[in-house]
Parts: sequence; structure tokens; C-alpha cells
Amino acid sequence: MARQFGDVVIDLQNISLRFGGVKALTDISFNVVEHEIRAIIGPNGAGKSSMLNVINGVYHPQEGNIIFRGQQRQKMEPYEAASQGIARTFQNIALFKGMSVLDNIMTGRNLMMKTSFLHHMLYWGKAQREEIEHRKKVEEVIDFLEIQSIRKTPVGRLPYGLQKRVELARALAAEPTLLLLDEPMAGMNVEEKQDMCRFILDVNDQFGTTIVLIEHDMGVVMDISDRVVVLDYGKKIGDGTPDEVKNDPKVIDAYLGTSH
Amino acid sequence: MSDTSGQAALDTFPRLLMHHAAVRPNRPAMREKEYGIWQTYNWAEVAENVRAIACGLAELGFRRGDRLAIIGDNRPRLYWSVAACQCLGGIPVMLYQDAVAEEMAYVLQDAEIKFAVVEDQEQVDKMLEILPDVPFVEHIVYDDPRGMRHYTQTMLKGLDELQEMGRIHDRNQSDFLNAEIAKGASDDISIMLYTSGTTGKPKGVCQTHGAFIAAAKGATEFDKLSENEDILSYLPMAWVGDHLFSFAQAMYAGFTINCPESGETVMTDLREIGPTYYFAPPRVFENLLTTVMIRMEDAGAIKRKIFSYFMGVARRCGADILDGKPVSGSDRLQYWLGNLLVYGPLKNVLGMSRIRVAYTAGAAIGPDLFRFYRSIGINLKQLYGQTETCAYVCLQPDGEIKLDSVGKPAPFVEVKLADNGEILVKGPMLLKAYYKRPDATAESLNEDGYFMTGDAGFFDEDGHLKIIDRAKDVGKLNDGSMFAPNFIENKLKFFQHVKEAVAFGNERDFVTAFINIDLEAVGNWAERKGLAYAGYTDLAQQDAVYSLIREGIEQVNADLANDPMMSTSQIKRFLILHKELDADDGELTRTRKVRRKFIMERYGVLIDALYEGKQSQYIETEVKYEDGRAGKIAATLRIEDVKTFAPQGGKQAA
Repeated sequence: MARQFGDVVIDLQNISLRFGGVKALTDISFNVVEHEIRAIIGPNGAGKSSMLNVINGVYHPQEGNIIFRGQQRQKMEPYEAASQGIARTFQNIALFKGMSVLDNIMTGRNLMMKTSFLHHMLYWGKAQREEIEHRKKVEEVIDFLEIQSIRKTPVGRLPYGLQKRVELARALAAEPTLLLLDEPMAGMNVEEKQDMCRFILDVNDQFGTTIVLIEHDMGVVMDISDRVVVLDYGKKIGDGTPDEVKNDPKVIDAYLGTSH
Repeated sequence: MSDTSGQAALDTFPRLLMHHAAVRPNRPAMREKEYGIWQTYNWAEVAENVRAIACGLAELGFRRGDRLAIIGDNRPRLYWSVAACQCLGGIPVMLYQDAVAEEMAYVLQDAEIKFAVVEDQEQVDKMLEILPDVPFVEHIVYDDPRGMRHYTQTMLKGLDELQEMGRIHDRNQSDFLNAEIAKGASDDISIMLYTSGTTGKPKGVCQTHGAFIAAAKGATEFDKLSENEDILSYLPMAWVGDHLFSFAQAMYAGFTINCPESGETVMTDLREIGPTYYFAPPRVFENLLTTVMIRMEDAGAIKRKIFSYFMGVARRCGADILDGKPVSGSDRLQYWLGNLLVYGPLKNVLGMSRIRVAYTAGAAIGPDLFRFYRSIGINLKQLYGQTETCAYVCLQPDGEIKLDSVGKPAPFVEVKLADNGEILVKGPMLLKAYYKRPDATAESLNEDGYFMTGDAGFFDEDGHLKIIDRAKDVGKLNDGSMFAPNFIENKLKFFQHVKEAVAFGNERDFVTAFINIDLEAVGNWAERKGLAYAGYTDLAQQDAVYSLIREGIEQVNADLANDPMMSTSQIKRFLILHKELDADDGELTRTRKVRRKFIMERYGVLIDALYEGKQSQYIETEVKYEDGRAGKIAATLRIEDVKTFAPQGGKQAA
């Protein structure tokens, strides 16, 4: 594979995050470079989701620096992260169950809609043109993820694996440069996992999107990611290529347990 | 096509295409749903695109007589590639898009393919996988560039790029392609379709422009098709039926073909397009009906009552109204009301509101199924034909529909019966040859030039042809009476709960059968009954399911008892298979016909158990999953006896 990585997209330096007396993350540093697929792994409660939440501005670490595209990040809100090209999916699907797949994906374009609410109600002139433009982009995503057949189906009626795919579609509709995936393959069967892997690789390949993903399935992680960071009890215990990480005794201990 | 001097020249498909581009340039020729919108190409655009592909291929070194493999779903650009190849005097070779790599390799070797146009990355990957076996492949052109960015092989080229090359070529040498089209003759081979073959290796059937045009002309005149028809093209392009309906007839009559968005959206697309002319194998009609029935069973009581009342009205008089036969005034009124309340909305849901003519072929269609569609006012008819005859031998004329016949010989076709009942046909639509198989060609044509179909049948009193079975499958029971397995299997398959059936009985004392339940229909039935099940294998072996199937078989037996020729073919014992018969495991052909011999070998123990009177039998079967891995399914299958009936005439059931 002739893939080219670029500069550092986001550099996390000595991040510590506490909720009251609970230390969620302690002194964690790692970076993500352009166009790579970066995995975060670790046992339950290791702080993986917290890490994603730090990246897209949901949590604000008490200590440490975040350098995003060369600039020190100030305290910011999730929507600001979104407008900087960061999109994400959630561990427990966060879609609008009663809305159709199409409408759900359209919400991914929300930040890019410029015309006013009133103007949209009239659906005339610029608002109409804009809507058509967004719909076009959404249709491309639908085509890309091969979900044409469920376009008009309410999300609540879809099986879990497809809902995950719709969530990915919504994230993609925002045309992100950095995509955060929180356990995209949880609860899927082998075939659905294979599909999802293919889509993740295709997204990375076709659009050059940088991807940070949390995943429990080690087979998947080792297959698709370029670099892996391993967390345990809020601390970083490993970082490197899948092969390096796999053979790291500390990682093996964390996953298999030790008899100290 | 009013100009007679012009008509004489329209004897190849490229000429027909250029003719349409000239006389109806702005009529829609093709539609494809892409990005949620139906994109339309008119005849002028299609001709322009075909020219570009043709010139592009010529630029790559494609010469007259070369063969072009075409693999993929029904996409406009793949249909264009067929026409483009024909423009250059080449032979398009159609491959099934779901063929596994080794099946593809065989056809590519057999047809000595140097050029291929394929749909997407999936097909490219298959081609590259078998490349060592087909070293003569020089160029692979792909339609959809998705995922192809990092492929560095020089033999790969995008269709966009090819068309661009072609446009430049066409600009520089604008008379090149016209000269190539002018060189074509009616007697040239226009297409190679591989027969899926229930036995042996597939054979390439070479058909000429003349043959397919004759078949298209006959059918167009027979059903008075015009340029205003709309048809949904969703059946495999490698199947003769699709080539006749979506390519040859569309090219002849100048009507519009519509390509669905994807395989899963066919039902939605059908509803959106509302075709006026429709072609589907019986299983599609069967699936539609099953879905409708399942949804009706889940509907509220009032709806169910209305539905069953008006379906009763339709059964009584619907088909007669369609055929223009006299029907009483009160029936007419009720039917009108039914149309308002039930049939109309139902047809709309099925996407069949606009249908003028619908055809089915490829396998026998159940009388109930057939009657259902006709009774709600859909002019569903049967036709009979095979790849070797451009799928054009017999057609049912409007107003003369018989449920159990395939109609009368089509225009230009001569049909006669051999002494053993085998159907022989002759006409302009016969194959030119099997590719590189003069022996097979000689075997299939008799000394008078009739094609031997291998089907057994007879003409009824009105001159309608009735098909019983494959001539070679028709066997004898030990008591000397006739055993026609297909005939029995079809009767079984007409039950919505039975998906596939395989009957045994040749040179045996009695008839037995394997059954495949229809997971969707039986699953829904089980759900309503509150039966828990873990999957196909579990469901298939449940007591309740066995008795459900047994009731169905008993009905078949009662029916067979009434048929003087078939009364000894009643099924005495049966079992339900632990897995669905599957083309990937070689048990069915790609067109879903049972490969009898293969099944007899593979499931020999089960057949022995059926005849040895055992109550159950353990079996282990290897299966191939869709991703190519192999696995094993093991189960102990129950075997049950079925009640048989005394034949009409009082003779004791054997």
C-alpha cells in the first residue's frame, strides 16, 4: 500500500483529566498524524472514551496541552471542534430513532447550513439551492456506504449493525478531516465487522481522512490501524505499530492479567 | 421504422442504435438511479457514449472478432459496452456478476478473453486473483473508480479515461467507427451467452444479430410494444432473458430501460418506475406474493376480511375480465369496488400499476401464483425458450391464457415433437454454434436443422404447448409408470412454505423427496405460533414444521392421485434438509435450478435412508460461506412417512 502520512494533526501533551477525586487520565501524551488510522485500546475503564472526549472538546483536561494543527487549543466547545473538521460516532448509538436514515445523515450537514430558519421554512431561492447541495453530498455518502436501500427507513427499525453504519454516514456527511470512532464494531457479527473495516479503510483511502478509533476487537485493530496507543487505568502503557504493541509485555499483562 | 429502404439496413444492433439516435434522439433510452435521482440518457447520448467506448476500445487494440468480457450488475455503461463491442465487430461475452473466481476463469479461458469491462473493484479483484490462469487478459476496464486509487497495474483503466481516449480518437478519425459499423453483417455473432448447464461445463452459445433481432421483432409485434414502454432491468445481464428484454427488444422497439440503484433497492425502484412491460422469473413473483401474504397476515382483522373477500371476487371473475370474457354485472361491480379498495393499491405497492404485459419464464409457475396475478388485473403471461433459441419459442397470446401451458409457437418459430416427446424447434432465432464446440453443436441440432431442446412436452387440443419435464430427467418407477421429478417438485414448490424440493424415484419402488423450507415464510409462521428457533437448521427439524410440510405434501399427493399419468408418483417419504440448497455449494445452478446428479452424490446417505425405512439419519455437509471460507454443518435429520391416496379409478395406491 502506497500510503503517505502527513504532518501531525493533533498533538496531545501530558494530558490529565480528573472528575473530582477520580483520575480518568494521567499524564498522557501521543499524537495523530495526517491520513493515518490511529487506534486507542485498553481494558474497560481505561479512559479511552474520555480520551476521545478530550479530543473533540467535550471534556477539558485540567493539565496538559493540545496542539491542533500547529496551534495551541484554548478551552473550547464540541461544536467548535466540529467546525474545525472533527466528527465522531458514539459507543452507544446517538441517532434520532424516529427520523429516517436520510434525515439523520442530513443533520451531519447542520453546521454548514447558512440560510436562516425562516428562509428554510419558505424553501425558496437560496435555501432551496442550499438544501439541494447538501442533499447531493448526503447522497454521495449514502452511495459510498451502500445504504441506498434504507434511505427512507426510520433508524429505530434498523438492525444494530446498520445503525452503526448510519452513524458513520452522519459523521462523514460533515466532511471531516479528523474522524473519531468510538467502538464502531461493538456488537457486530463477523460479516458486519468485515463490512465496517472495509468502509473505514475506504474512507481513509478515498478521502484521506485521519481516523482515531477505539476498538476492543484486537483482530480488527491489528489489521486496520497504522499505530496503536494502549491505555490502562488512565495511563499510557504502550504506543507504536500493531506489531510492537502486540509484543509489549506491559500490554500483554494489562490484557491477560499477571500473577504478581 | 416506417421507411422500408431504411428497414432493410437495420439488421445489426449498432445500426439500430444509430437509427434510434437519428429518429428519436430525445426519447429516454436508459435511466439509472444514482445518488437518489433517476438520471436519464436519451438515445443521442447513448449513441455518443457507445461511440466513445467503441473508439476507446479500438485505441486499446480491440479488433474485429475479439471477445470482450462484460461482468457486473445492470449498469447503463455495461449495456453501452455491449453495443460498443458490437460496433467494432467484436463479440461481447456476458459473465454472471456473482460467479466465483474459478467459474470466471473457466469462461475467460474458454472464450480466450483479452479485454474485459467490469463494474467495480470487487470484479477487478476477482480478475486479478485469477490472472495467473488467464495470462492472455491484456486490459481490464472498470466502470466504478471507487477504491481503485492505489491499484497500480498498467492493465487497469477507468471507463471514463477510456471514453476520453475514444472521444479524441473519434474526433480525429470520425469516419472510422461508421466504417466499422458498416462492415457488420446480420449473420455476425452479436453475443456469447454461457449456458449455466445443469450438467457439465458451461458452453458458450453464439447468437447472431439476425437471431436476436428476429426474436425481438417477433415479440414486439406479438405484444404490440412501442417506444413508450418502460422496463426495469434488474436480472443478470448474462442471462438470455435480460439480453432479450433489456437489450435486443429495447434496441428494436426503442423503449426505455431502467437500471435500479442497487440489488437491494429493486422493489423501491420498481415502484418508482412503474414499468409497463415486465419480465421476472417465477421466484420473483413468488417472493412478492409471499411478502404480501405475510404482511396481510399481520394486518388488522378488518383489513384481512376486506382483503380475503375481494380476493375471492378476483378469483371468481378477475381472470375472465382480463381476458375479455363475459362476466355478470354484479361481479363486474364487485370487481370494480375491489379494484378501488384492494387490487389497485396492491398493484401500486408492487409497482405494477402501469403494467401492460408481464412475462415469466425460466421455471414452471404455480397455478395459484399465476391466477393470483392475473385475477388482480396484471396481464402476466408465460413464455418458453432457452439460451440457444434467444429465449423465444412459445408465447401465450392475450386472451388465451392457460395456466399449465406455455402458449403457442411464437411468430417465425416452428415447433414439433420427437417420438419420445422431446420438443424440437426451428426458426431464425436458433444459435449459430456453441463456441469451439462443433461436437456439441452437432449434437444439439438434428439432421433437419431442428434444435433439440431436451424438454419433454405435448400439444393440447388448442395447440398450446405443455412442458412436463427435462426429457432426460423423465424416468420410470420400478412398476413401469412415468416419473417426472420436476413436475412433482414444482407442485411442492407452489406451497409458500417450500422453497426448494428434490424428488427421487427413478428405478425405485416409490417416490421420496427432500424439502427446503422457506425461512422467511416458515419463520413468520413460527413467530405467529410462538415457536422459538435458533436458525434454519433448528427450525427445519421441529415437529410442527414437519407436520406443516407433511400437510402440504399430502395435498400434492391428493392432486397427483387425480392425474391418470402421475398417480403412482405420490410421495411416500420425505425429509427436510438441514441447510438451504445453494449455488455456492454447487447444488443449484446460478439460475437456481436443482443439479440433480450432484445432489444425489452429495446426499447419497440421505437417499439410502429414505428408501431403507430409517426414522432418522445423521449427516455432515461442507458448506462455503459467502466470503469463501468453508465450514461444516452437521445434523440428524428426521424422516417421515406421508399418506398417499387411491388414484381416481379405484386402483390401490402402490
